[in-house]
Amino acid sequence: MEPADDVAIRVRDLRFRYPGATRDALAGLSLDVCRGEFLGITGPSGAGKSTLCLCLKGLVPAGEFSGSVSVAGQTVAPGSAYVESSALVFQNPETQIIGLTVAEDLAFGPENLRRDPARIRAAIPVYLDQVRLAGYQDVDTYRLSGGQKQRLAIADALILEPEILILDEPTSELDPIGKDQFFEVLERLRRERSITVIMVEHAAEQLAAMADRVIVMQHGLVVDQGPPDQLYRNPVLFHHPQAERAPQISEVLFELLQAGLLPASQFTAQEEAGIQRLRALLENSVQPVAQRV
Amino acid sequence: MSESAAALDITDLVFRYASGVADVLRGVNLRIDHGEFVALIGQNGAGKTTLAKHFNGLLKPSSGSVRVMGRDTRAAPVADLARAVGYVYQNPDHQIFAQRVRAEAAFGPRNLGLSPSEVEQRVERALALVGLREHADDFAFSLGRGQRQKLAVASVLAMEPRILVVDEPTTGLDQAGARGILDLLSTWNVEGRTIVVITHDMTLVAERIPRTVVVNDGLILADGPTRHVLTDASLLRKAYLRPPQVTRVAQRLGDLGVAADVLTVAELYRQIAARVGPS
Repeated sequence: MEPADDVAIRVRDLRFRYPGATRDALAGLSLDVCRGEFLGITGPSGAGKSTLCLCLKGLVPAGEFSGSVSVAGQTVAPGSAYVESSALVFQNPETQIIGLTVAEDLAFGPENLRRDPARIRAAIPVYLDQVRLAGYQDVDTYRLSGGQKQRLAIADALILEPEILILDEPTSELDPIGKDQFFEVLERLRRERSITVIMVEHAAEQLAAMADRVIVMQHGLVVDQGPPDQLYRNPVLFHHPQAERAPQISEVLFELLQAGLLPASQFTAQEEAGIQRLRALLENSVQPVAQRV
Repeated sequence: MSESAAALDITDLVFRYASGVADVLRGVNLRIDHGEFVALIGQNGAGKTTLAKHFNGLLKPSSGSVRVMGRDTRAAPVADLARAVGYVYQNPDHQIFAQRVRAEAAFGPRNLGLSPSEVEQRVERALALVGLREHADDFAFSLGRGQRQKLAVASVLAMEPRILVVDEPTTGLDQAGARGILDLLSTWNVEGRTIVVITHDMTLVAERIPRTVVVNDGLILADGPTRHVLTDASLLRKAYLRPPQVTRVAQRLGDLGVAADVLTVAELYRQIAARVGPS
């Protein structure tokens, strides 16, 4: 057990049902997240991932709610204040962009937290640079492309310098390098400020590289969880046509393992480690051939 | 419009949103023949969506020309273009406006002047194809993001266009949903329809789409068989893209005899198994 003050988020038996829905969006979910942890959340559409994100920000939607949610020591319930020490990046950036210009949009959050205006002005170019939007201060937000809007929404959250960052599929519209850069920003923030990150994401390869732990949600519950190297070995959840996305390297290693060509201890979901395992495997098998020649 | 002409024939296309601002497209040349299945890839802001909006006359060239089945989009009536080219938007919420799922899917075909029974048939078929038949009477906006994406596709499918342009069809979908949409597009392609997909999902492109066009900074940076384009890491890097993970892994193992043009998990597995498996 972690000491209580190390727990950033504690959820117990959380049930939530939208008005008129025939089943619970969250069906008695329990979850602890430690301070500084990077938690990945994956699972099919309709599993309740976005609803959980809203609850963790203190934005409990209208509906039936039971159970308990505590975020950074603050209790969340229907109608409670939103959690100021956390920031949420919504799935659809259009939901959260309200400024007419990029700079206005970025300033909105910190202004509402009554941060010092001079500090806000100074921070704007810094955070735009972090999301590859340097020089976009005066651009009208409606002119941004889908991916640019998504990056602005991310900067909107980062500029609040939150303790807990909740990200609901923040990279779905980003190009591959944009995804990598976003993960680099997260990595740096974690190093510098040890923030807690909760991230709903289908990009399994990046999750495997960055997350301390990944949980899989289905039908409003956590159905499996663990460090990526352990979780992505689950044959029920991954590695078949209807399955969730797993890192491609883990799919190759999983098949080799199934075929008896790789010892189970050698399985990994990480790209670099996977390359080393394959390299060792190939080098060991090349040897006898060379001897035969 | 002519069946014998190319599905899309784009010559020296230049486009700017307003005079005095920079050109978004800076001289695009591209020909797509009937029955092709093409991926348009490129970094955010490269001009992919702007280019695609020329395919159905939503945007008209500032200079150069766009011909759809032989007709110049500046001369062709919008109704003719709408009949020939279906366009599914990146964000389904930009497209969906009807209250109920069924009404949304019926809007397009009804406006083509089809008979009510023909409209109904097409709606049923389109909703069944995307797996939304049981939701036909639901409120469109009560659907989840993935289902709204499918509804947006169904609404365009119901118009049965010869050419289908789909902007980021798998964003926000889980793996099964994304593969489902690609299955659907493949089926339509096999039936002879021309499909153009804008996407960042290199894995799906590698697995499913035979031709890849890279758009970068308003120009075509590369155009060819997916196996050539998606395995060229230095080319992709210029467009802020990179090969799928299995391709990167294969290329790092090139000194051990693994082929550099691997595109899928199955291919890399076969390469490895052939070397380490029982001989």
